[in-house]
Amino acid sequence: MLKRVHYGSSILPFLLVAPQIIITLVFFIWPASQALYQSLLLEDAFGLSTEFVWFDNFADLATNKLYYDTFRRTAFFSVSVAGIAMGFALVLAAMADRIIKGALTYRTLLIWPYAVAPVVAGALWVFMFDPTLGIFAYALNVIGVDWNHKLNGSQAMALVVMASAWKQVAYNFLFFIAAMQSIPKSLIEAAAIDGAGPVKRFFTVIFPLITPTTFFLLVVNVVYAFFDTFGIIHAVTQGGPAKATEILVYKVYNDGFVGLDLGGSAAQSVVLMIIVIALTVIQFRYIEKKVEYS
Amino acid sequence: MAEIILDGVRKSYGKVEVIKGVDWKINDGEFVVIVGPSGCGKSTLLRMIAGLEAITQGEISIGDTVVNELEPSERNIAMVFQNYALYPHMSVYQNMAYGLKIKKIPKDEIDKRVQRAAEILELEEYLDRPPRQLSGGQRQRVAMGRAIVRQPAVFLFDEPLSNLDAKLRVQMRLEIKKLQEDLGITSVYVTHDQVEAMTLGHRLAVLNGGVVEQLGTPIEVYEKPATVFVAGFIGSPSMNLLDAELDDKGGAVTLAGGAKISLPEPLGAQGGRSVTFGVRPEHLKDIGGDANSLRLSLNVRVIEQLGADTLVHGTLGENGTELVARLEGIRAMAPGDVLDLNMAAKSIHLFDSKTGRRLG
Ligand SMILES: Nc1ncnc2c1ncn2[C@@H]1O[C@H](COP(=O)(O)OP(=O)(O)OP(=O)(O)O)[C@@H](O)[C@H]1O
Ligand SMILES: [Mg+2]
Repeated sequence: MLKRVHYGSSILPFLLVAPQIIITLVFFIWPASQALYQSLLLEDAFGLSTEFVWFDNFADLATNKLYYDTFRRTAFFSVSVAGIAMGFALVLAAMADRIIKGALTYRTLLIWPYAVAPVVAGALWVFMFDPTLGIFAYALNVIGVDWNHKLNGSQAMALVVMASAWKQVAYNFLFFIAAMQSIPKSLIEAAAIDGAGPVKRFFTVIFPLITPTTFFLLVVNVVYAFFDTFGIIHAVTQGGPAKATEILVYKVYNDGFVGLDLGGSAAQSVVLMIIVIALTVIQFRYIEKKVEYS
Repeated sequence: MAEIILDGVRKSYGKVEVIKGVDWKINDGEFVVIVGPSGCGKSTLLRMIAGLEAITQGEISIGDTVVNELEPSERNIAMVFQNYALYPHMSVYQNMAYGLKIKKIPKDEIDKRVQRAAEILELEEYLDRPPRQLSGGQRQRVAMGRAIVRQPAVFLFDEPLSNLDAKLRVQMRLEIKKLQEDLGITSVYVTHDQVEAMTLGHRLAVLNGGVVEQLGTPIEVYEKPATVFVAGFIGSPSMNLLDAELDDKGGAVTLAGGAKISLPEPLGAQGGRSVTFGVRPEHLKDIGGDANSLRLSLNVRVIEQLGADTLVHGTLGENGTELVARLEGIRAMAPGDVLDLNMAAKSIHLFDSKTGRRLG
């Protein structure tokens, strides 16, 4: 039995945890419960009367074709963002893992995008790809691509995917490089003596050994793509053109604050909440199985 | 089947030189042990042979080939690491087969070699297990197996037993020795363990500060250490090393405490200088001795009973130089006793104080 430490009846421990608890209550539990409550209400278009409708809002979602479209779009968006952000970070980390001189500079530079606020990042990309002013749009025009993400839905999607992935590369890079550097050097040397070249070593030794990190990042990136990309999309396309870049979080905003369908919007956020809870559970389950290196 | 030749091999990290010119010829089938204090460059030297460190200057050949520019995998070597370096995500079988698969050796040949190695190393029942489910000794054997299946020309070992407990170490030491004898593969073995250094190899190289101080059979190194460093490093407890003056005729030495010892074979021309006088603790006796024996008297300070032996620490004279004697069996004595010690004339060593080189 562990001995308990007795603080007497002091309120000190309560005071110490109070700030954290208050923050959680005010910013997480309260809005979440509001959303839960709202999702059961139906408000008329002028906000004059509300009616308690049980799960009608959810039933509406379940039969709404547009909502399914948004779901598919979000899935595509998340997979693309996670895939590109992780793939790119993995390549960078594999290369950074091999260099020794100037490694710190290289790493510091790679981490910068992470420090940029989503909306600022979005503004940056809008500017670079602006159909009339943007330097990249110009370059694309030169090589024969008619770039106009304000009219072309696929191009708009490509742009938000790129902007979102770009911001997440730094984060992934940090985790990948840390994982790679925790692999004992002698393992890599043993593989080199066994005749494996750098590429073979990467695929047969390094990559399998960083699987836990890869999985962790996959979940983090999907969550990021689902939720944290709101700022970027808002700055770059506002979900357009013609909803081509409207993902689930953006639809919550659009339907609730623009369309003023508070009940439907709240129901959508409850669905999102369930998704993020599910992802978190998967993550915690898996992270307990850690790989031993030696 | 290969000999290893090192010709003026040097290694620098930036401005710091860690290997300062090593010339060696290791014969085909020979087992050479490298021993030396921490940081003296043992691993660096081994890793240069393996191809894991670039060679700053000089030439290394394995067989008839200069390997300076060859990749580790092209040198026909196998290496066993201190931490075993097993691939954690592969089974024992896959660990051993990995290198062979890369070499595109046919599947049934791989299987034959792995099974054979598993048999030699008694690993048959563990082939499907991942390394984390093995004991330290078993992991060590898998690492050996991975080396054997490659059928290399050279085995390189970097302190392979230092992570094992004392008992297992003894067992694995014998196994490695036997394996090397059976396979007859040229081997270089790095250690800082006295016993491994003395027992494993045909020859022993004592490395200090990037310089090979002596290369010879373990017995040569023990009986005729070439330098003061080797004298103090090989043997446990270490050799007693005392400051002394060699008289002009080279016929007698005077120890710092005043004791005078005449030498059986005068050193003639080398006389008249400061020397370091050495005698191993196990060569000091408190009984026996004859007219030719050299004599010292020891003021006993501390006694350590080891069971088989007794270590007696004391000083020459009241407050003279410290000295250790290792006497056989259990002895009844107490601090403050004065012990008369004798030693055979041929068991003493003299080194030049300035150069540290052996005299005579
Ligand atoms: N990558 C490196 N950069 C700079 N100096 C190094 C490097 N690797 C080793 N050294 C230095 O070279 C010297 C020899 O190192 P080495 O690892 O060969 O020692 P060692 O004899 O194997 O020691 P130990 O018994 O502790 O393993 C040490 O002084 C070490 O600090
Ligand atoms: Mg070492």
